Amino acid sequence: MSENSYMQEIRNFCIIAHIDHGKSTLADRILEQTETVAQREMEEQILDNMELERERGITIKARAVRLKYKADDGETYIFNLIDTPGHVDFNYEVSRSLNACEGAILVVDASQGIEAQTLANTYLAIEQDLEIVPVINKIDLPSAHPEEVKEEIETVIGIPADEAPLISAKMGINIKDVMEQIVKNVPSPKGDPEAPLKALIFDSYYDAYKGVIVNVRIKDGTLKVGDRIRMMATGAEFDVVDLGYMGAKTLENAKELRAGEVGYIAASIKSIGDTKVGDTVTLVDNPASEPLEGYRNVNPMVFSGIYPADGAKYTDLRDALEKLQLNDASLTFEPETSIALGFGFRCGFLGLLHMEIIQERLEREYNLDLVTTAPSVVYKITKTDGETLFIDNPTNYPDPSEIEVAEEPMVKANIYTPSDYVGSIMDLCQERRGTFKDMKYLDLNRVELHYDLPLNEIVYDFFDALKSRTKGYASYDYEMSGFTPSKLVKLDILLNGEIVDALSFVVHADKAYSRARKIAEKLKDNIPRQLFEVPIQAAVGGKIIARETVKAMRKDVLAKCYGGDITRKKKLLEKQKEGKKRMRQLGSVEVPQEAFMAVLKLDE
Amino acid sequence: MPFCLSKCPYCDFYSVKYNEETAIMYSQAVIRNIRHYLSMDSSLKFDTVYFGGGTPVLLWKEICSIMNELSPHITDSAEITIEANPCCTTKEALCSLKSNGVNRISFGLQSGVDKELKALGRIHDSLTGIKAVNLAADAGFYNISGDIMLGIPYQTKDSLNDTISYMTSLPLSHISAYMLKIESGTPFASAEIKLPDEDEYADFYLDTVKSLDEKGFIQYEISNFAKRGFESRHNLKYWRCEEYIGIGPAAHSYYNSNRFAVNRDIDAFITADIQQTVITERECGNFSEWAMLKLRLSEGLDFETASKRFGVTRDEILNKCRLIPNKLYEIDDKSIRLTPEGFLVSNAVIGIITDI
Repeated sequence: MSENSYMQEIRNFCIIAHIDHGKSTLADRILEQTETVAQREMEEQILDNMELERERGITIKARAVRLKYKADDGETYIFNLIDTPGHVDFNYEVSRSLNACEGAILVVDASQGIEAQTLANTYLAIEQDLEIVPVINKIDLPSAHPEEVKEEIETVIGIPADEAPLISAKMGINIKDVMEQIVKNVPSPKGDPEAPLKALIFDSYYDAYKGVIVNVRIKDGTLKVGDRIRMMATGAEFDVVDLGYMGAKTLENAKELRAGEVGYIAASIKSIGDTKVGDTVTLVDNPASEPLEGYRNVNPMVFSGIYPADGAKYTDLRDALEKLQLNDASLTFEPETSIALGFGFRCGFLGLLHMEIIQERLEREYNLDLVTTAPSVVYKITKTDGETLFIDNPTNYPDPSEIEVAEEPMVKANIYTPSDYVGSIMDLCQERRGTFKDMKYLDLNRVELHYDLPLNEIVYDFFDALKSRTKGYASYDYEMSGFTPSKLVKLDILLNGEIVDALSFVVHADKAYSRARKIAEKLKDNIPRQLFEVPIQAAVGGKIIARETVKAMRKDVLAKCYGGDITRKKKLLEKQKEGKKRMRQLGSVEVPQEAFMAVLKLDE
Repeated sequence: MPFCLSKCPYCDFYSVKYNEETAIMYSQAVIRNIRHYLSMDSSLKFDTVYFGGGTPVLLWKEICSIMNELSPHITDSAEITIEANPCCTTKEALCSLKSNGVNRISFGLQSGVDKELKALGRIHDSLTGIKAVNLAADAGFYNISGDIMLGIPYQTKDSLNDTISYMTSLPLSHISAYMLKIESGTPFASAEIKLPDEDEYADFYLDTVKSLDEKGFIQYEISNFAKRGFESRHNLKYWRCEEYIGIGPAAHSYYNSNRFAVNRDIDAFITADIQQTVITERECGNFSEWAMLKLRLSEGLDFETASKRFGVTRDEILNKCRLIPNKLYEIDDKSIRLTPEGFLVSNAVIGIITDI
C-alpha cells in the first residue's frame, strides 16, 4: 500500500451549518488561510456564486474546491472542500455530496446553539459514516455562550465537543485550529487506485466551451485523459478530453485522477441528463462489476405551468428554460397551451423551493415576466376502461365518470423537533391528512416523528408551516413511497361563468370546500372592479361550492379641469391603458397576474 | 394669476405668495404677451377670457388694466370670468371689475359646512361665502359660479346635503362639483387623509347630480352644472376641442393645432419678454382626444362628426358599447352620451370607446 501514501495527505470534507451560522464565511476564511485565492481576488462568499444564493443565504448547487494546507506537522495536505445544498428539496443531492467526503465540519453559532436544519444534515452525515468536526462560531458576539453550546452538541448529537475550536469566521479568529482539526480528525480516504474505476458524480454543470463538466469523487481506480468512460446508470459513453482539480477560481488540469481524489471530468458531454448525480463513472475497458450504492433517479415531484406574461416572449422563455436545464437536470419542461394563458410550458421541479428558484432566475437572469399556475403533483388515474394515466396538469384530469381509481403520491416524512413542539406538529400533520407511524426520542429533548403524508399536502407550504409552529426548530425530510387510492376531486374556478383552466387544481374531497372558499376570496381581493360585476365561482364536477362577487366599478374618473391641461388628462388615460396591458383578458374579465400568484399563497 | 394669500393643503396648482410689487410686474408681463399674440395675428377676437389659477381677485386692479388692454379685441357678448376667494372679495374690487367688463365670477366656496372648510385648510367660513356671493350679486354680477368639493374629510351624506342647500340658496347660476383627489407633493399627500371609498364617492356624486338637477342646475359636463344658458363657455372650449391661449406660468394653450404649456416659474415669466412655451403635443385633435373630451359632456359624442372628421362610424362605436353596461350610456341615431353613472367611470368607458 506504500504507493497509495498520497492518500494520507488528502482530506475530503464538507461544512454543515444552519442558515446564517457562517458556513460561507468560514469557507472564505479557509480559502484565504490556504492562500488558494489571492486576497485581491477575494469576494465575499466565494462558493455561493449564484446571485440568488448570496441573497437567500442558501446553497442551491453543490460545489467543490481543492486547497493546499501546510500543517503544523510540516506536511502539506490536500483539502477538498465540498459545499452542499441545504434544503429538503435537494436532500438527495446533499446525501451524494456527503458521500464524496470522509468528514464534515459542523458549524454551530455560539449564541444560538444547534438549529433543526443542521441536525437533519448532521444525521445524514452520521448515517454516511462521516467524521463530524464541531466548530463553534461567532465567539466574538457578546451573547456567545460557547460552553453551553459544547454541552448541547454532546447531548443532542452525541459527539465529543471538548476540542471544538472556538472561532469567529467573520473576524478570522482561530481559523487555523479548524484546519488542524481537519488534518487530525478527518480520516484520509480509502480506496484502491488499481481496482476497476468507480467515480461518484456529485455535481455537474454546463460549460459553453467544454460541454458538461462532471464533478466526481474517485472511490476506486484511476482515470486518465483519453480513457473511454461509461455512466453506469444511464449507459452513456464518452472519451475523457480533460480532467483535473477544481481550483477556487479556475479548473486546473491534471494527468490523472486517482482513488481518494476529487476532481472534474470533461468529455464533450452535450447533455447534463447523461451525468446524473449519484451515478457511477467507470471505464468501458475494465468496468466495475457493480455501481456505487445509493443512486436514485431523481424525478420531478411538483409541476406547474409557466407562461410568459407577454405572449410574444414565448420563444424567449423556451430559450431561457433550455439554458437553465443545461445546468439543472432535475428541471423538466414541455410545451403546453392554456385557454387562459396561451402558450407556455409545463415544468417539473424537485419541490417548491426549486420551483421558486427557477421562477426567480427566469425573471431576473432572463428578464421575463411570468404567470405561473398553481403547483400540482402527479396523480395516477385508472380509468374505467382499464387505461392508466399519470396526470401532472389538472386541466387533463378526466371526468369523474371515467375514473375507476384515483391515486395520489405519498411520502414517508421524518420530522425532527424539540419535544415541546410534538403536539403542534401532530396537529399540523393531522390537518395535512397525515398518518402517524411512530415517534422516537433521540435524547431527552429531541424527537423524531414518522408520518405518512400525501405529497400534495406538503409541496405547497408544509416547510413554512412547520417552521412557524416550532419557532423554526423543527425540520424534516421525506422520501417518496408510491401511490395510494384517495378521494380526489378536480376543483374548477369560473369567472363570469367560464372555467379558467389555469386556475383548476386537484384536491382531496374533504378539503375542496375550504380551499374553494379561500381561493374565491383571494381572487375577489385580487381582481380589480370592472364595468360589469364579476361572479367568481368554484365548482366540483359542475356543482358550485363557493361564490364571491367582484362588484362593478363605480368610480374611475378624472373630475378636475386642470386649467385646460388636456395633455395631462390624456397621459393619465394612456397610463391606465398601459396598466391594462399587464392584465389577462379571460373572456370578458380582466385578471391581473397577481391574481394567479395570490392563489398559490393561500395560507398567508 | 398664480398668487394666493395662503396655499390650501390639497392644491397642486402653481401659485406663489401674493406680493403687490410682483403682481404689478406680473400684469405687465401678461400685457406684453397679449400684445405679442395680437402682433402675430391682429384679427384675433376673444369671445371668452378667464382669469384663473391662484386667487386672481387679489390682483383686481391689475386685471382692470389688462381688461383695458384687451377690450378692443373682445367680442360684444364675450364671457369674462374671474376666480375669487370669498375672503379677498371687496365691494370696491367687484365694482371695478364689473365696470371694466368682467361679467362672470367663480367662487371657491367648496362647502357650506365650517368644519369641512377648516379641514380643507380654507381661510374662509360659510358666512364669508354667503356675504361674498351676495356682494357680487349686488355689484351687478348675475353669472356667479360656486365650487363644491366632494370627499372632504368629515363629509357625510347629510353634510353634503347641507352644502347643496347652502349653494342653491345663494344667487348662483353655475356650480362645479369636484372630487377631492390627493395630489402627490401636497401636504394632504403626506398627512394620511382618509378619503371616502369608491362606493361612498359614487353615492356622493350621484346624490349631488340629482339634488342639483332638482334645483334647476342641469349637468352639462362631468363636474359642471348650470341653470339654462349659464354653461361656462370658456370651459366648453376645452371639451369641444376649440382653441385657447394661456398666458402665465403653468398656463396651457391649444393654438395653431399644437398644445403647449408655460413652465411653472413666475420669475422666468416676469423677466422674459415673451413667455417661453413647451409644446406638449403636436398635431393633436385625433379621434381619441376628441372622443375623450366630448364624452365628458352631457351633449356627448355625435356620430356625424365622428364619421365626417375621423371616419369612425356609428356601428364601430356601437360594437365597442357591447363591452359597456347599458346603464352607463344613452344612445340614439345622432349621438352617444354618458349617464351620471357613466361619467363616474368615464375613464374606463372612454378607454373602451377610443380603443378603435
